[in-house]
Amino acid sequence: MSSENMTLKLKIWRQKDSFEAGKMVDYTITGVSPDMSFLEMIDVLNDDLIRKGDDPVAFDHDCREGICGMCSMFINGEAHGPNRGVTTCQLHMRSFNDGDTIYIEPWRSQGFPVIKDLMVDRGAFDRIIQAGGFISVNTSGRTLDANAIPIAKEDADTAFDAATCIGCGACVATCPNSSAMLFVGAKVSQFALLPQGHPERKERVVNMVKQMDEEGFGNCSNIGACEVQCPKNISIEVIARMNREYFGALVKPEN
Amino acid sequence: MKLDARIPEGPLDQKWTRYKNSVRLVNPANKRNIDVIIVGTGLAGASAAASLAEMGYRVKAFCFQDSPRRAHSIAAQGGINAAKNYMNDGDSVYRLFYDTIKGGDYRSREANVHRLAEVSTNIIDQCVAQGVPFARDYGGLLDNRSFGGTQVSRTFYAKGQTGQQLLLGAYSAMSRQIGKGNVKLYNRHEMLDLVIVNGKARGIIARNLVTGELERHSAHAVVLCTGGYGNVFFLSTNAMGSNVTAGWRAHRRGAFFANPCFTQIHPTCIPVSGDHQSKLTLMSESLRNDGRIWVPKFKEDAEAIRAKKLKPTDLPEDRRDYYLERRYPAFGNLVPRDVASRAAKERCDAGFGVNATGEAVYLDFSAAIMRYGRTEATVRGIHNASEDQIRELGEKLVEAKYGNLFQMYEQIVAENPYKTPMMIYPAVHYTMGGIWVDYELMTTIPGCYACGEANFSDHGANRLGASALMQGLADGYFVLPYTIGNYLADEIRTGAISTDTPEFAQAETAVRQRLEALLSANGSNPVDYYHRKLGKIMWDKCGMGRNAEGLKQAIQEIKALRAEFDKGIKVPGSMKGMNPELEKAARVQDFLELGELMCIDALTREESCGGHFREEFQTEDGEALRMDDTYNFVSSWKFTGDASNPALHKEALIYENIKVSQRSYK
Ligand SMILES: Cc1cc2nc3c(=O)[nH]c(=O)nc-3n(C[C@H](O)[C@H](O)[C@H](O)COP(=O)(O)OP(=O)(O)OC[C@H]3O[C@@H](n4cnc5c(N)ncnc54)[C@H](O)[C@@H]3O)c2cc1C
Ligand code: SF4
Ligand code: FES
Repeated sequence: MSSENMTLKLKIWRQKDSFEAGKMVDYTITGVSPDMSFLEMIDVLNDDLIRKGDDPVAFDHDCREGICGMCSMFINGEAHGPNRGVTTCQLHMRSFNDGDTIYIEPWRSQGFPVIKDLMVDRGAFDRIIQAGGFISVNTSGRTLDANAIPIAKEDADTAFDAATCIGCGACVATCPNSSAMLFVGAKVSQFALLPQGHPERKERVVNMVKQMDEEGFGNCSNIGACEVQCPKNISIEVIARMNREYFGALVKPEN
Repeated sequence: MKLDARIPEGPLDQKWTRYKNSVRLVNPANKRNIDVIIVGTGLAGASAAASLAEMGYRVKAFCFQDSPRRAHSIAAQGGINAAKNYMNDGDSVYRLFYDTIKGGDYRSREANVHRLAEVSTNIIDQCVAQGVPFARDYGGLLDNRSFGGTQVSRTFYAKGQTGQQLLLGAYSAMSRQIGKGNVKLYNRHEMLDLVIVNGKARGIIARNLVTGELERHSAHAVVLCTGGYGNVFFLSTNAMGSNVTAGWRAHRRGAFFANPCFTQIHPTCIPVSGDHQSKLTLMSESLRNDGRIWVPKFKEDAEAIRAKKLKPTDLPEDRRDYYLERRYPAFGNLVPRDVASRAAKERCDAGFGVNATGEAVYLDFSAAIMRYGRTEATVRGIHNASEDQIRELGEKLVEAKYGNLFQMYEQIVAENPYKTPMMIYPAVHYTMGGIWVDYELMTTIPGCYACGEANFSDHGANRLGASALMQGLADGYFVLPYTIGNYLADEIRTGAISTDTPEFAQAETAVRQRLEALLSANGSNPVDYYHRKLGKIMWDKCGMGRNAEGLKQAIQEIKALRAEFDKGIKVPGSMKGMNPELEKAARVQDFLELGELMCIDALTREESCGGHFREEFQTEDGEALRMDDTYNFVSSWKFTGDASNPALHKEALIYENIKVSQRSYK
């Protein structure tokens, strides 16, 4: 049970920029309330560091409600910390106990270089989407009526579940191979499940996978850690679907 | 200067069509020589960037987040309106137009709102074509729900993640253009000034947030899609980075700021839990479809609940006050946001609040759970279902509809909202006010446009739920692509715009000096210290209820706080490299000026309308009292060089199609 007023030991990765080497630095923080979010705890630490003339800890965050995908901390060896189905910003201090030591590190992957402290560059994800994560339809406003093609509820729901990926990169950070397949599989699955996505489905998966490989992400060896630590509970089935789409696309059609 | 909204001639329902048929076009070869800067990649910015690039313009898109997909629009929950009338419940373009004008308490432009209602249907078609997975019914067709201030179901949704799905749709359309080289993306870049050359917007000064360098970017037009300024209150449902800087810097360069005091306080947010609080979390309005709002009928019960001696679930029905259903029987829990928020404040001020701070009311799903459960039991042919079975079935259905919201609530409050009612309280959520734009979405600076929440255009004094997403996408996909051509048609011979000019140099120097001053103040308090103070002044004196005396005090307090900030601020680090504190400091500096303008605006508007409730102006039963004879105008403020002395310009609102009347939801 966490007490009203906790004292914690923090071991935080500090790295000035992408050129210099980083190291773990120790901090002690007092007066932590269990109702605080994890990021609010870091806010308190930073307030203290600034007042003391030290450099505050840089970290990514924006919505603070689990949807923008900015926050990205590796806490005690787990992406987004000990709880399941939540992001770092949704983690509350009631999940910790007075006197705990907490290790806080950035996502580590060749595909995600560190910018500063806990901030990494996830531009690789954007480039994968740019390579094919879309349906090629111009914004004419002259498309079919939205109800012209009914879509079975089950397909629509499964597509939606895949589409809830927030692009946070926890799957990559968690995977011993730094594989980005949960992220890519989620996007491929969303479009593969919807009729609108079918015309381009072959190029799409081939182009996205090609970009994924070029960004230096590793291969999936079915460990399944990504699925466990994904804050949106994206199922590893999306990787199987992506593989089916991919191998289907490589088979040349008969002519 | 006379404000001319440039509304096209002709009958209301033909204005837009006629405009489109006669507006000047830019031919494809010429478009390739025209640059457009789009600041912001939320719904408005991403949709505008994708559309303009598809048309052939060369687009540069900016956002301060690490990816365009993380713009604040991603957090929108409940849904997006469109006059599709798929439910066959009598909806129409006219009705959506009418509801929006009425919901805005008759303080918006008829022509703009009608256009919005017209294009609303195209948005849904477009999004479905892009693969946005909206909720569907068992027949595979699109499902709808209702939102406040309407009596039809016209809200399309994707569980509680509608904004996410719509933004990912616009982001993927934009990504496709980035891949083709038609959009150049500048992520982790922040616009810090607008550059004006010969009276026209010609570019921006942006800081590369990774390297810290200041960069000059030129274009033939600049479009601000930079979102709302609710964070002037420190605590709001907006993302932490949401800010007014782009708009405020344009304002200081000549763009008028309209109706700054029109702020939306959303009735259903998770209450404040302590001093450490950094932001507030919305519980979507869609929950009011199924949740009933109440407080105890008797003070002794409220006290017992606050002291945790009584559980809400143990309070019998006849000791509860469903005050919205009582006061507004026609709309009940679905009254507009301003009305619902004030009613909650009224009950809590009167001593009926239900949490430790006394600032919370209940949002209760137990009736809906049982109702859904019973229907489901019947559907499944379970005739003698037990209470527990019914509840379980009902909880499953409620989970399917609102699962992520319930989970979010449980994470934050550590209570299970399926078993005990949610606690909610109003919080700052949206800003109707913004940069003044004409019918073409152009600001008072030629060549500078504003779209989405950043402009003031369509929501009057109060926005109806699910209408911001509609407006953002309407502006970006379907309005700006036409209207910007009317201006750019004159730019086809201009050629590339050099950044090597005195105007760019002057703007860059001004930005550098401003940031250096912040860094060298070397006082003793971090930015948040001042931001919290500003937020408290704004919430107490320019929040849900305002009065002349309080506003005058607020103005003095903000001035004093500005002076304190300049001397007392402590910003670590330097201009070089990643420095989040420096980013925040520059944003808060702008909020400190905007806050004063909001109070001046609220003080000047001697009436109550929508979200602007002046306590001196209310009806006998406590409803907002509008003064149509004297205040039927848009307050548009010009920056004069002195933040404390802005100049007011009025744009008269002319209602030719709607009869202006007292808003009633009884
Ligand atoms: C919690 C929540 C739930 C909501 N739910 C709904 C809903 O269900 N339905 C509905 O209709 N509306 C809803 N809204 C309102 C709606 O989400 C917003 O009004 C809308 O998304 C704003 O979109 P936008 O494109 O104008 O701006 P934003 O999405 O806020 O985007 C702003 C963009 O500007 C960029 N930017 C800002 N300043 C700068 C700068 N100086 N330099 C560079 N880039 C800059 C940002 O990086 C970002 O890309 C909700 C709002 C909140 C807070
Ligand atoms: S799949 Fe899950 S862990 Fe990976 S980026 Fe998406 S939300 Fe994050
Ligand atoms: S800050 Fe947006 S998901 Fe955590």
